[in-house]
Amino acid sequence: MSPELFNVAAAGAKIAFVWGVVLAALLPMLIWAERRVAAFIQDRPGPNRVGPLGLFQSLADAIKFFMKEDVTPTYADRFLFNLAPWITLVPAITTFAIIPFGSSLPVTLGGQTYDVPLIIADVNVGVLYMFALTSIGIYGIVLAGYTSNDKFSLLGGIRSSAQIISYELAMGISAIGVFMTAGSLRLPEVVAYQQQHIWNVVPQILGAVIFIISAFAETNRLPFDLPEAEAELVAGYHTEYSAFKFAMFFMGEYANMVAASALIVTLYFGGWSLPGIAFTGVAGALLSIAVFAAKTGLFIFIFLWVRWTLPRFRYDQLMDLGWKVFLPLSVLNLLYVAILVAAGKA
Amino acid sequence: MTAQTAAQPAVSFAPLLEKKFGGAIRPEPGPKSDIPTVGCDAATLKDLALFLRDDPNAKFDLLLDVVSIDRSRLPAAMRPRDGHRFGLSYLLYSTRHNQHLRVRVGVPEADPKVPTLVDTWPAANWFEREAWDLMGVTFEGHPNLRRLLTHNGFVGHPLRKDYEASQRWLCTEEDLLKTELAARTEVEEDIFETMTLNFGPSHPATHGTLRCVFRVDGEKIVAAESECGYLHRNFEKMAEEHTFTQVIPYTDRLNYCSPMINGNGYARTIEQMLGIEVPPRARAVRSILAEFSRIMDHMVCVGTNLVDLGALTNFWYAYQAREQIYSLLEACCGARLTSSYARIGGLSNDVPANFADWCRTLCREIEDELKEIDGLITKNRIAHKRMRGTGYISKADAIAYGFTGPCLRASGVGYDVRKDAPYDFYDEVDFDVPVADGGDNFARYLVRMEEMRQSIRIIEQLVKKLPGGPIVSDDYRVVLPPKEMVYNEMEGLIYHFKVVFEGIKVPPGEIYSFTEGGNGELGYSLVSDGSGRPYRLKVRPPCFPLFAAFEKMVIGGMVSDAVATLGTLNIIAGELDR
Amino acid sequence: MADYIPVLFFAVMAAILPVAGLGIMALFRPSKPDPIKLSPYECGVEPTSEAWDHRFSVRYYLIAVLFVVFDVETIFVFPWAVMYQKLLLFGLIEMVIFLGILVIGYVYVWKRGALTWA
Repeated sequence: MSPELFNVAAAGAKIAFVWGVVLAALLPMLIWAERRVAAFIQDRPGPNRVGPLGLFQSLADAIKFFMKEDVTPTYADRFLFNLAPWITLVPAITTFAIIPFGSSLPVTLGGQTYDVPLIIADVNVGVLYMFALTSIGIYGIVLAGYTSNDKFSLLGGIRSSAQIISYELAMGISAIGVFMTAGSLRLPEVVAYQQQHIWNVVPQILGAVIFIISAFAETNRLPFDLPEAEAELVAGYHTEYSAFKFAMFFMGEYANMVAASALIVTLYFGGWSLPGIAFTGVAGALLSIAVFAAKTGLFIFIFLWVRWTLPRFRYDQLMDLGWKVFLPLSVLNLLYVAILVAAGKA
Repeated sequence: MTAQTAAQPAVSFAPLLEKKFGGAIRPEPGPKSDIPTVGCDAATLKDLALFLRDDPNAKFDLLLDVVSIDRSRLPAAMRPRDGHRFGLSYLLYSTRHNQHLRVRVGVPEADPKVPTLVDTWPAANWFEREAWDLMGVTFEGHPNLRRLLTHNGFVGHPLRKDYEASQRWLCTEEDLLKTELAARTEVEEDIFETMTLNFGPSHPATHGTLRCVFRVDGEKIVAAESECGYLHRNFEKMAEEHTFTQVIPYTDRLNYCSPMINGNGYARTIEQMLGIEVPPRARAVRSILAEFSRIMDHMVCVGTNLVDLGALTNFWYAYQAREQIYSLLEACCGARLTSSYARIGGLSNDVPANFADWCRTLCREIEDELKEIDGLITKNRIAHKRMRGTGYISKADAIAYGFTGPCLRASGVGYDVRKDAPYDFYDEVDFDVPVADGGDNFARYLVRMEEMRQSIRIIEQLVKKLPGGPIVSDDYRVVLPPKEMVYNEMEGLIYHFKVVFEGIKVPPGEIYSFTEGGNGELGYSLVSDGSGRPYRLKVRPPCFPLFAAFEKMVIGGMVSDAVATLGTLNIIAGELDR
Repeated sequence: MADYIPVLFFAVMAAILPVAGLGIMALFRPSKPDPIKLSPYECGVEPTSEAWDHRFSVRYYLIAVLFVVFDVETIFVFPWAVMYQKLLLFGLIEMVIFLGILVIGYVYVWKRGALTWA
């Protein structure tokens, strides 16, 4: 087998793995988990009827979403209205392609050992790609809000665009510190740096906090879920969406949440690594995947936990926080890390 | 029983009135337990109103209600001397002197006009609209005399005695509200820069069928207009068609978050009119369950308000407590939501044997839930940011708009009927009336939280001294006699027959009786003509004036603030629209 | 560019699956449109104006413009960050000057009230 052919096969296998585990199993599980966690926090049983512990609830919901009538309002711009859910969902899922979800897996085939890095696409601009994709994702929400031709949707869409771009600044600038220490935009190298030195969260705690909070805002989760604030805007940008197109927004939100958790773990919490453990061999590779999954799961849980604990910001307060607090703080963080790195080198 | 009326001094400023207005006004005697009344003519009404509001000896600064009466079917002995068909009663309260007063005006049938009092009390705005809508009395100079509770397409005035209740009107869609709003904003704002946002009747934050229309610039509200009446069923007309006892289930549907309080208040009104004694056990149980109902009411308010702020979890904590209270109510009277527990003369049946212990356990559980909500919200910075300074209403405005209850107390006026005109057992228990002076959403939230704790205090004291004895009066002209008596004694059968078929005979007269409801002063104005049915029954729903002030409170804020404000005002559509 | 082929594949898959799902399920889905159902949600009353009739507040636009300004600056910082370990002191001074200019603009915008929602 030629190395090229092997690479293609390996890439295919990895994509199948990510699709199978993350998108087909984890996302439905996550929706179930959100509801069970909510129920636990709120002192009630939660979904427990469909399957053991209600695990198949998401499946039942999916079937329901497929079978429901699909309504496109009269005055909506039909083409863009139908396109919007795709623009939200596709980038959200595509972000998984650049996240290193484990160390490398040695595969011996035909007497030759290949080292398969457990990442689907190690692109050289790394996190810039991620930011680009989230920016595209906003278009879905903006278009959904605008093309519905509904006032609540419109407000939700505008809120969303202003909110996400505001927090993207703070998020981007606070993440720069990570790339200064690693000297690269590639996420595997960020992880490798943390494995060799120290998790970025320790020296860059300020940046980490800003990044995590901004990630909440970027994924429209409470306390930043203003684009769909149900008490004010009914359902915000997806008021007019029904059936499967609504489900696509829903899945997009959850996919974004998983991606954001994975990115937080990768940038600040050592990715798939644990201090003092070398992940070599097949066992090491599997262990690293488990470590990564556990860390990501923890952050997903924090996302859920926060949602069921905090009230929602008001729009102007949210903008104030983004522009007047996080933006200057993230610039300060940048300078602080620059001095830190210079001092370390000197 | 008569503690409330004993606390009401006679009209001490009467000599002043005499001197200033001479023969134009006259004190009008009513039943012993009623509030003092002065009568005047439409011509002197405006001057009298100003005098009553501003004179330091009177200082009736709070307009509670405007009651309209069609006297055309009253028995001859009860007809007023002026011979006018309509009567208006302005119910006033003085926050300085803690005193109620009724000002009665006759309105002729041929030209049913009185000057408006909107300039004196802004609260009169909606009360007068209601009186015009339902009774057809015109208020000269009223800025906006439109229909309020009935539809724009409605013909006639349903509370007039000659209105045929079985008529049907076809009311087609006609949106006055948006034209109204457009007229208000077009002059100052470019129509394209702002957007009309329709808020309700079917919106997640309205918790019932209310409607507001906002004119928003971005998200800032530049003009607002609110509308009610979507749940209007004319409780007052229905009451006129039923015997006094049959009205009780209807009262449950007024404020459906605390139905016990409505029933108690209604029963009290009739009892005061009849002058009968309610057994102490019934009074104590009424007070206990009324306090539990108050907790439920506040729980619903706080819980749903926090949902509107995005803090969804508190809703479940609040409703958990509410469900437990419902179970207690169910054990007492068999129904969870629409209890219909109160009877004229007492309660329908005795409480379960473990009532006292149950109440104590329940108090502990409620305290736990309160602690949870406290921990999540009271010191939360986001909650502070959302609620502090939003939905502000000053003390003077709160009084002028006729606020009562928690919303008035959150604006710095400590008026609580339970304290200032105690009834049932409230003068024998020790409790505080929480007052905050923020006047904003956070103050209202805090007041409600503290009131729930005070209610627990009251319940614990009452449970400790829960008296024994009968649960209902043994006056069989009013109360159904026990079954053994009905089947074995002639008198029993006669009493039973008369109460069921003719209804309770309530002596003729007019009375205003008030208790502290979940949202404020819950008043019943009753006019009886001596027959078995109420001649006119008017409810003073505490959230009616609150909602009237809503549009004023939200202008200048953002849409999110309006949602929070609507939540803390606790508008209950069933009570608002009646 | 070979790195991006899996990404492209990923995106195409993400787009195709919902299409397939929608296509197949269209056979089972009911479709009973009526004018009320298809009208935009307006809290239960007939909409008098469409959302597109109104211009939305200019403040949102302002935020977007500010974002573009600051985001472009951020993009300049990324390559600098990657090369920083080689530049060190020179890079630090350079970036302080760069950020200084940025901060002047930021303070100006703040003072002009562009960041305040009222």
